[in-house]
Amino acid sequence: MKVKGAIIAAAAVMAVSTAANAATLDDVKAKGFVQCGVSTGLAGFAFTDANGVWDGFDVTFCRATAAAIFGDANAIKFTPTTGKTRFTALASGEVDILYRNTTWTLSRDVDLGFTFTGVNYYDGQGFMVRKSLGVKSAKELDGATVCIQTGTTTELNLADFFRANGMSYEPVPIETNAEAQQKYLSNACDVYTTDASGLAATRATFEKPGEHVLLPEIISKEPLGPLVRQGDDQWADISAWVLNALIIAEEKGVTKANVAKLAADGSADPEVNRLLGKEGSYGEMLGLPADWAVHAISAGGNYGEIFERNVGESTAIGLARGLNQLWSKGGILYAPPFR
Amino acid sequence: MNDSHKPFVAAGDIPPSPPPSSVVGPVAWMRENLFSSIPNAIMTLVGAFIIYSLLASVIPWLFLDSVWNATSLGNCREIDEGACLAVIKERYLQFIYGFYPEEERWRSIVAFVLMIVAVWPVLFAGAPRKMLYVSALYPAVAYWLIWGGTIWGPVGVMLGPVIAIIAYRILNPVLRGTSMEEGIAGILAILLAGLVLVLWWLFGVEVFDGILSSVVFIGLPVVESSKIGGFLLSLIIGVSGIAGSFPLGIALALGRRSNLLFIKAMSTGFIEFVRGVPLITLLFVASTLLNYFLPPGTSFDIILRVVIMVTLFAAAYMAEVIRGGLAALPKGQYEAADALGLDYWKSMRLIILPQALKISIPGIVNTFIGLFKDTTLVSVIGLLDPVGILNPIRADQNWNGIVWELYGFIAIFFFIFCFGMSRYSMYLERKLQTGHR
Repeated sequence: MKVKGAIIAAAAVMAVSTAANAATLDDVKAKGFVQCGVSTGLAGFAFTDANGVWDGFDVTFCRATAAAIFGDANAIKFTPTTGKTRFTALASGEVDILYRNTTWTLSRDVDLGFTFTGVNYYDGQGFMVRKSLGVKSAKELDGATVCIQTGTTTELNLADFFRANGMSYEPVPIETNAEAQQKYLSNACDVYTTDASGLAATRATFEKPGEHVLLPEIISKEPLGPLVRQGDDQWADISAWVLNALIIAEEKGVTKANVAKLAADGSADPEVNRLLGKEGSYGEMLGLPADWAVHAISAGGNYGEIFERNVGESTAIGLARGLNQLWSKGGILYAPPFR
Repeated sequence: MNDSHKPFVAAGDIPPSPPPSSVVGPVAWMRENLFSSIPNAIMTLVGAFIIYSLLASVIPWLFLDSVWNATSLGNCREIDEGACLAVIKERYLQFIYGFYPEEERWRSIVAFVLMIVAVWPVLFAGAPRKMLYVSALYPAVAYWLIWGGTIWGPVGVMLGPVIAIIAYRILNPVLRGTSMEEGIAGILAILLAGLVLVLWWLFGVEVFDGILSSVVFIGLPVVESSKIGGFLLSLIIGVSGIAGSFPLGIALALGRRSNLLFIKAMSTGFIEFVRGVPLITLLFVASTLLNYFLPPGTSFDIILRVVIMVTLFAAAYMAEVIRGGLAALPKGQYEAADALGLDYWKSMRLIILPQALKISIPGIVNTFIGLFKDTTLVSVIGLLDPVGILNPIRADQNWNGIVWELYGFIAIFFFIFCFGMSRYSMYLERKLQTGHR
């Protein structure tokens, strides 16, 4: 791992010293689209519809970024990346921004030479068991067989958790989520553990979801967010403030439906006016048009709308807002003030 | 005399009676082949039970209870309990073309049909020999059809060998006219012609393309590599890999058996190095490391990179298979070729290779089939081949949770192609059978 990290870091340095000397925003404007790295497929977060168009939670944030710059949510191209190719794709300049459910960690932020520009989904590792097992808490799982994806942070978290609680377990190593579903359903393991959002999405695909429960314990922090190459502050700022603008929009009740009207007529709330470019010159500071946030919100709605449409409780995936609720409503979603 | 004491006299032949039912007919066949002994009878019954239970679960699942019209997996499960084939119905075009733009799909169909035309004279002796020219032109045509852009780029690339031959024709007499030894002059002329070819491909084609495009623009809308996927991508990689690795493999096999130390060392080193690393490593080099080595901004197409890597990888295996064929030939064949006074190339072309390749057919086809199936590895580097395109489809909340239907669909596709290749190799073996075995 060290070697791989060193290679990526070296590459990032090279990329920074050569390609990224020119501002990413200028490059993006010159080519006329944003190149966004997404997952090759993660339920609700990145997938293709029947027409081959990319959609999903992460994808919509990418589209909002493109809309903020070009006023067009389709001025974007997607590069599907795997867990193994995502960092090199970003470091080498193949993609401009990576929205790929990537956990913000110190080594990725510092050692690999990237900048995380925010968190668009707070996740954490959880457990799923069959209801018939009668288990109510993860602390009762002593001696259980556990399906676990190899080579991930979840594997390490699991070992930590069981050791800390003085329990033993038998790992059943698996490679992909699809494999895990089959193994778990055929009783090859008692417990399946991965990120809670993944568990919920997986459970939603079962024939009888009611026979399975997610245990209350969440044993790790997995803040997932966008990242860009280190060393281009303007580009990082744009990425960060598109995300912030969508969160503020939810806070202020600016939705996809009313954003055009609010932008035209103005609002009694000065922060909404600043957000929508009616007051101040915040777009100019970022190097964007004054109405950038209007376009970003028009792309897929505010944070709450994007959440509800792609992964929320009305969808098959059925995730509750939980930690991803606004700070004012009991969650930890908190954007700095827009002024 | 009593009538009853008359002796029996046969008036004619007794009509032949049919053989007893125990030695002919289905009963006898079964007794001989299925129930010849008690262990065999047990094996037969066990086998029949396994086949029955397989069919008993697969047939209702796949045919009787399957659902063709549904909007999501949940919808499928409501309708019936069998296979949810609605996902195939909705997404089969993505499996075939990836995200190739709808209005341009005819181009890949034309490329596919032309591929069959181009492959025909190569595979079957019955085709007119002139058709081989079509085959030689096919790569450029297919590239132009699938990726689009101006026609002059591919034309320029195809002009390369012509220019190299002209260069050789000019250089050869000039160099021979100097005081150099004749053999060295010939080799030098070949090397210089090769250099001209490389320079033309690296720099000349772009200029050629630029000038001609500004005069007469003939082109198709560009389709980017990221839009190409599905079986189309498998075929692009598989077919170019097969077409490229065969000649390269022959060259490497001959190189490894060569008496010239330099060529022998180069070939051996290449083969051992490439065989010594997994294909997946080469693919990662193609997808990630090359990005670092190339100057930023150069867009060296990812599919082209993968095709090159797959070709080199298969060529190393191919070389060893063909070397096996070369080694299997009796020494007398080589000596006979020498005794006829043939030079190296003629003896190889007329005597050695035809026999060696014939011996190697099963191994060669084995390598081809392996190569074709290995193309699915590109999903690991994020290319959307049939296996890669599964992920974004399964991530759609409508279809999340579907496994068997999609993998089965892909398996059928690969089976058809691999089985076809295997049948062709058996046909070829029969045709080339000369009764030495």
